[in-house]
Order: sequence, then structure tokens, then C-alpha cells
Amino acid sequence: MQVPRYQGPAPHVLKRDTSEEKGEEARMSSFIGALALCDLVKTTLGPKVLADGMDKILQSANGDIIVTNDGATILKSVSIDNAAAKILVDISKTQDDEIGDGTTSVCCLAGELLREAEKLLDAKIHPQIVVSGYRIAANAAQKALQDAAMDHGANFEQLKEDLFYIAKTTLSSKLLAQSRDHFAKIAVEAVLRLKGSTNLDHIQFIKKTGGNLSDSYLDEGFILEKSLGVGQPKRVENAKILIANTPMDTDKIKVYGARVRVDSYNKVAEIEEAEQKKMMEKCQKILNHGINCFVNRQLIYNRPEQFFTDHGIMAIEHADFDGVERLALVTGGEVVSTFDHPELVKLGHCGLIEEAMIGEDRVIRFSNCAAKEACTIVLRGANKQILDEAERSLHDALCVLSQTVNHSKVVYGGGSAEMLMAKAVDEAAKTIPGKQSLAVEAFARALRAIPGIVADNAGFDATELISEMRAAHQKGEMEAGIDIHNGRIGNMAKLHVLESFKLKSYMVSSATEAAEMIIRVDDIIKAAPRRREE
Amino acid sequence: MSLIFDEYGRPYIILQEQERKTRIKGLDAIRSNIAAARTLSRTLTTSLGPKGMDKMLQSQDGDVTVTNDGATILKEMDVENQVAKLMVELAQSQDDEIGDGTTGVVVLAGALLEQALILLDRGIHPTRISEGFDKACEVCLDRLEQISQKIEFSEKSYDELVKAAMTTMSSKVVNRYSKQLAEICIKAIFSVADFERKDINLDLIKVEGKVGGTLEDSVLVNGIVLDKDVSHPQMPKAVDNAKICILTCPFEPPKPKTKHKLDIDSVEKYKDLQKAEQEYFRDMVQRVKDSGANVVLCQWGFDDEANHLLYQNGLLAVRWVGGVEIELVAMATHGRIIPRFSEISEKKLGKAGKVREVSLGTTHDHVIFIEDCANSKAVTIFLRGGSKMAVDEAKRSVHDALCQVRNLIRDQRIVYGGGSSEIACSLAVSEFADKVSGVEQYAIRCFADALDAIPSALADNSGLSSLETVGALKAAQTKQQNPRLGVDCLGRGTWDMKEQNVYETLLSKKQQIQLATQLVKMILKIDDVIGPTDALT
Repeated sequence: MQVPRYQGPAPHVLKRDTSEEKGEEARMSSFIGALALCDLVKTTLGPKVLADGMDKILQSANGDIIVTNDGATILKSVSIDNAAAKILVDISKTQDDEIGDGTTSVCCLAGELLREAEKLLDAKIHPQIVVSGYRIAANAAQKALQDAAMDHGANFEQLKEDLFYIAKTTLSSKLLAQSRDHFAKIAVEAVLRLKGSTNLDHIQFIKKTGGNLSDSYLDEGFILEKSLGVGQPKRVENAKILIANTPMDTDKIKVYGARVRVDSYNKVAEIEEAEQKKMMEKCQKILNHGINCFVNRQLIYNRPEQFFTDHGIMAIEHADFDGVERLALVTGGEVVSTFDHPELVKLGHCGLIEEAMIGEDRVIRFSNCAAKEACTIVLRGANKQILDEAERSLHDALCVLSQTVNHSKVVYGGGSAEMLMAKAVDEAAKTIPGKQSLAVEAFARALRAIPGIVADNAGFDATELISEMRAAHQKGEMEAGIDIHNGRIGNMAKLHVLESFKLKSYMVSSATEAAEMIIRVDDIIKAAPRRREE
Repeated sequence: MSLIFDEYGRPYIILQEQERKTRIKGLDAIRSNIAAARTLSRTLTTSLGPKGMDKMLQSQDGDVTVTNDGATILKEMDVENQVAKLMVELAQSQDDEIGDGTTGVVVLAGALLEQALILLDRGIHPTRISEGFDKACEVCLDRLEQISQKIEFSEKSYDELVKAAMTTMSSKVVNRYSKQLAEICIKAIFSVADFERKDINLDLIKVEGKVGGTLEDSVLVNGIVLDKDVSHPQMPKAVDNAKICILTCPFEPPKPKTKHKLDIDSVEKYKDLQKAEQEYFRDMVQRVKDSGANVVLCQWGFDDEANHLLYQNGLLAVRWVGGVEIELVAMATHGRIIPRFSEISEKKLGKAGKVREVSLGTTHDHVIFIEDCANSKAVTIFLRGGSKMAVDEAKRSVHDALCQVRNLIRDQRIVYGGGSSEIACSLAVSEFADKVSGVEQYAIRCFADALDAIPSALADNSGLSSLETVGALKAAQTKQQNPRLGVDCLGRGTWDMKEQNVYETLLSKKQQIQLATQLVKMILKIDDVIGPTDALT
């Protein structure tokens, strides 16, 4: 029966300026958006031994320049209007938060999965079939990865070695590649100090322009970027430190509505005197703790500072919040805000506090600390951009390492893990009857594309390398991967290219999740952006 | 006036004048309304069933939502048309009442409207159509009662409930983990359910989501999860046998509501004030300590001094806890909310087996778990997922599943899904139509056709030929007298929904048909639409 169509004017259903895309159109728009984003970050994937181009220069609205090849940073900084692209940004951000590295890989894998899906959809395969095929494939890939993972968690020396190689692998794709051995050592040492905690706030970075990247070092003590009060001891041995968070200018009156109202000048003076006395009493109380170093998060005014100087106490003001917290961790002290019970307060201890120089700047170094759960990494480099990028790279490496300390499983890198998964997925495809098997095969192709991109970026013949690798894996050489230095197939076990299992596994699961989410969409409704008040 | 239609039947607007028209009367009004309502139902039709597609919605602020939950799509769609808004409300009321089947109800209403349009073109008066639909609706409800079955479950064996919850979740992104999530939901429901009164207070189940990890990391927490961190970095991170002091007053000197000024005009007064101030802090913390509390939750902040005093007294303190959370914690721990320090007493403290802070991921992200509360009836479903969209979608799915299980406990009768019950109803209605004399007969027959829309949409979405499938199913149902035959969406090779374990609650199905019929009747009654004249300026 022919359904009669309504002949009158079209009713406005959605709000004005709201756009709706349906069916093929919607799919195309989300695929194009996601693929464009993937292509944007794709060229930064993989190690840069030969050239350190392939970074992105990002200039923000207020003119700041960032040079980076960190996927998450790039994605965070570009503003995007495509809904599907936003999903990719979101997964790479989550990858950054959870693991800290692999942000580019996850985005590329999701992109490749979509690229493959597009072909399948063009061949008139229903999106849901593609999705279910991808799910089967993802499970097979995870299983293969699990089987191939090695766990050296029980053996500390071995674990340490693994960590070193993982750090090297992670760093090789970054700016720090030239001196990666050096930085890998720094990263491993810093992470091992955390003793299994994943709180990277306890590792401090100090960036000083000048010098060379390889002049960077890990300071076993703790460095505070502050200068000492005038005339105070520059060096304190066997320091007893009181770490405080208290106003040392004037104590505000906290009673609501209180105000000072006086009727003569004398009284003003009296109250001023009382105020000062109050402060000095506080200082005296602090002194009663029997300390020789006082670190405050807030400002210290001249008078209390002078008081401390008179009593031979080193006083450091304006240590920022993180600094105070870290200092508390390193020295084993408490962060104190009231001073009435010296007997209850745990003081921080350290062997030596001295003023030191890094480059041109004075800093305060705490060494021989009681607890060693925090540390400082001093980065040196030619300019601000290099230092920032170095920090990001090292931070990524630290994230991965800290996760690996807790989940000590590792797999071989250099694309061998991807090839391994692809092989397992291919095998799974053979056992599946029905159209899903096409999607499963597509998944394997997407996995293989990742080492392909790496090879491409390094300037090698990707197609050739991938097929060689595939053949090697088929022969059972599970360690075969790209030897990026020589542009041929190499044994990853011998080259010590390791990656964290958690990173890889998370990459596969979240990329699949994101791809699935985008494939399943058949309708995009975009509300008009909220109008800004002019 | 010339009109061209695109492939979805939406007319292109060519002439500007046609938009200036602000009043439509008579049949045109009904037609216009139906066209508006159909636009929405067409959008949702592709989201029906386990193989339904998702919609991607971008809000005014650029946030992206990906979902196939009917109520959410409609809510986010930013609908302007009045009749379309009725459809949105329809889905909303199904969501509020039942919590599931929101897509179905909109699709059904759309199908009914399409049929009404055919009837209108035959010259049948809208009122007669309404009457016919009404009668048909009653027949449907009777038929549903007939074919409904009671499912058996108890607190120990709840396999049947798991299956039902899984049916609900099968259509969502989360269906990879549907079994695990279904079990989480059922355990959550069981811990808050009052089986004697068949009452379930869903407020006691908090669904908290946090981006990160994977869906497999989702857990049922026997207590409450607060998205906060401990106020002082060195406070204990875990407390066993917690006695929780729940405060809604800030740690600061009193602050009367009336405006006041306190004048200090001498040194003595200044000193007194200073002393009093310190006394306050000490006194407040002392009171907390004396009551025997070892955990403090405060709705407000407290300053460094109070913070340190709390720490020195070995208390774990959390500040800026939201009002809703405060109430939940109070309910869960049998504590009383304490509005003033002078009223702190041991009796008012909440009790929990364990309070701990857990850090997530590599960023400085913490949540606080309050577990094994005195009132075992408060639970939290803590969801994790790879992205914000995934977590949000998981939250919605869990909500649907919770509602489904709740409905089953209230009323154990179920009907089978996969469009089987609609086909059974459709058959019953067309049989009934033959017995009715008069114009209504046509309306009733059209109602039967409209019911077929659900199985056809399911078939279409699963990549099957809808006409072929629905035809075959109808024949098979009549022949085998088996109302359980429905569309085999997942390609499992059987039509029998009992074997496929696809359930829906009788309550939900009845509500769907009733609500859809009511809405259609309402739309058919409108014969004049007057819009604002300045709609375009």
C-alpha cells in the first residue's frame, strides 16, 4: 500500500541550526573525521633514529608554541568539531591517563580499524557484522598477546633489566632518542624509588635551559627551586626540618564580621604591636620544635624570617604545594599547620641541606634524606621547547615503567607483538563460518598496518618488511620485528626491544571499543553551538 | 507550491513563503503533526533491537554522546516542534515508569500514526480511528496476559533474572560483558530488595562511573564510592571499623545568618579574639575525637589549621562532599547528619567496615570507598571504561538493566521478546477485527499492521528481509499455536525466543502499548496548530 505523503509545509522538528546526518552520510562524516585525525598523528608513530623531524608544531591561540610528537599532546591541542574525531581524542586521553604512553598507537589502530571497516561496508556488509567480527578478533588477539607475554616480576634483577629495555623502547620514539640509554637509566632508577606506587607526582622535574640534554641527571636527593633567606646558613648538616603550611605574614582573623575599630592613634599602634607579638609567639612555638630548617608553603614575612635567621634556622618560603608534599615524603616529616604540640609532630630529617647551582640558578638541595620515595630529575637543554618535550617524553616513560612495576608482564616490541596478534587473528578467521570472518581478517590487516606505519615513518619499504615479518612469524619466529636501525627484520629478543604488556593489551581493547562505537553510528545530530554573549 | 522530497520523505523547503504560514487547520494539522512525530520515530527505528545502530549526538557545548537508548537520544536531540516534544515525553514517561523499552514505544507510536494517516486518507474521522485503536489496544492487553508466563527465581538461583537483564543489555555497546554486568546488577538489586513487600528502592543503588580501565574492571562495591580525596596528604589511607562523623557544618568559627559586626577597639579584645578563635578549632576537633570517630566527612571545607589538627588526631577527613553523597553515606552507615559541633555524640556516628582511598591510573586521581556499611542495603556499581562515552553508555545500560530486574521482582510475569509478543498480539487483533462491524474494523486492522512494525524493524536492523520474516513468523505462530516465535536477530538458528532466552517484562510491554495508543489518540485529536508569527525573525 502506498503510504500517502503529507503535502503541507514541513514541520520543524529539531531546533533551528541543528543539523542531522543520516545513514551513509553520517557514516562517511564520522569516518572521514576519524581518519583525518589518525592521519594527522600517524607520522609521529615509531622511533626516530635517523631523523628527528616528524614532530608537530602547535601554536595555541595565545601564541605559545609546542613542538611535540606525543600523540596525546597533539590531540589535546587541536580543537576539533567532528564528533567521531572527538571519540578518538577521548580514547587517547584515557590511554594517557591510564598507561601514559601508546597514545599515538591507540589512535592509529582505531583509525586503521575504521579504514578496514569502511572497505567492508562498501562491500555491503552490515556494520553489526563488522562489529561482531572485530570482537571475535580482539579476543583472539588478546589471548595471543597473553600467551606471548613474559613475566619477570619475581626476579628483581631481571625486572630491572626489563624496565631498562622498556624505557629504551619508549624513549626511542621521542626527542630523547639520542641519549636514550642515559635517560632510560634515569627513568628506571626514579621509578624503582617509588616502590610500587604509581603516583608520579613524587618525581619532580626541574627544567633549566642551558647545557646539553645529556647533561641531565637524576638527583638522589630532593631539589627545591627556591633561594634561601638573606643571611641564613647556606649549609645545614643533620637537618631537622619542620614542613609547614601556615600563614607567616599576618594571621587573619577568621571570626566572621570581625573588624578593628579604634578611636586613637595609640590604639592602632597597640594593636599593631599585639599583631606582631602574635606572630612572634608563633615563631617561638615553631622554634620549640627544636628544628634547624623551616619550610613553609606560604609566604614568610621579613620579621619572622629575621627571627629565624637570628636563631640560626634556615627558612624557606613559598615552596609550592607539590613541593611541600614531596618534601614531606622524602624527609619523612609531616605537613604541619598548628604548632602547640611539638611532641606530637614528626619532623623531617635529612643529612645535608645546601644551596647548589644548576646552570645559572640557585636551588636548595636536600641530600641523604630519611625516606627516599621521591626524587628529582634535572633536565638540561638548549631551549624551552626541547625541555618541555623532554619532560613529556620522560614522563611517558615513567608512566609506562610505573605501571610495569605493578604489572610486570612484557612483550616484544618492534611490531612483533602486532604481527603475533595478527597471526592469531588470521588463524581465528579460518575457523569462523559466515561473513564475520571477513571482518576478522580485516582486523588482522589493521594490526599489521601499525608496524607498517612505523616502517614508513623510518623511511623503509613497509610492504616488503611487513611481508618478510609475516613469513618469519608463520615459521614460528615469534621474536621477529623491525630492526629500525638497519631497516630489516631482526630478532627483538636479541635487540632487547621490549614493551609493556598492559600497554599493548589496553591499546587493543580501547581501540576496538572506539572503532566499534563509531561503526555502530548511523545518525549524527549536531546541536548548534551555544551562542556566546558578545 | 511545489515540493520535492528527499529519500526520507522530508520535504525540501524551496519557497520562503511557505514557512511564514503559522496556522494549519483541520486534516492538514493532523498530517503535519503526524509528519513531525514520524520524523522522530524514523530516527529511532534503526536503533531497535540487539543489532540496532547507535546515534551520535553533539550537544550545544560540543560534548559527544553515543547511545542507542531511546530516551537519551530524544532528550539530547534538542527538539523544538510541539508534537515531537510529546514523543519525547512519551519516551521519558516509559523511562520513568519502566526504565526500559523506550525505543520500542516510540517506534510503535510512529507506526500507529503512519497507519492512522492511511485511514485518514480514506476519509475516516479521527475520532473513529481513536475508538478503533482503543478497542484494539484492549485486545492486545488481554492477549499479552494470556501469553505471559511466570518465571521462577529465588535469592539463590537467579539464572532467569540474569537472562532477563542480559536481554536488556544485548542492545547496548556493553554486550561483550553483559553477563558480568547482569550479575552485578542482580546482586545489587538483591542487596537492596525487600522481597516481602516487593519493593526496591533504586536510590540505594548508586551508579558511579570513572573513565579509565576497561569495562571488565567494573565492580559492585558493597558500600559507597565517593569521587573525592583525603584532605591531608599524610592522613591514613585506610581505616578499619570506621566510625564516621558526617558533618554539614564547616570547621570554622560560628557565622550567624544575621548581619553583624564585631568591633575590636583594644588590644585586650584583640587577644581575646585570637584566643577564642584557636579555642574553637581545638574544641571542634576535640569534640569529633571525643565522640570516638575516626573518619570525618564534611560537606564544607576546612582550613589548614583544622586540617592539620584533624591529621594530628589521626582522623581521616574528606572535605567538600556533596549533599546527595552525604545523605547516601548517612543512610548507608546508619549515621546521622550532624549540623552543629555541639551535637556530636557517639550514637550519631555512622559505622562502616572499611574506608579506604584508592588511586587510579597514572594521574592524581583518587576515589574513596566506604565498604561494609552498617546498612548492608546500600551498594554502588562502580563502572570503568575506555572513554567517557563508553562509561556514560555503560551507566545507561546498567540503569536499564536495574529497572528490568526490579520490574521482574515486582511482577514475575514475562512475555517473550524478539517481536514475538507483538506478532501474537497482531494476530489476535486481526482476528478480532473481523468480528467488529462498522468503520472501526478498518482502524483495528490497521492497529494490527502497526504492531508488525516492531518485528519488521528488528528484522531490518538484523539484515533480514522484513516482509519475508514477519510473514513467515505469522504463519508459523498460527500453525504451531506458539506465541514464542520471534525474529532471530542474532542468527542463532531458532525462532523460539524461549530457547534464545529473550525476555521482556509483561509490565513493560503493556505499558508500551498503552502509552503509544494514548499518545496517538492525543495527536489525532489536535486539529489546529497556531505557531508564533515571528517564528522566522
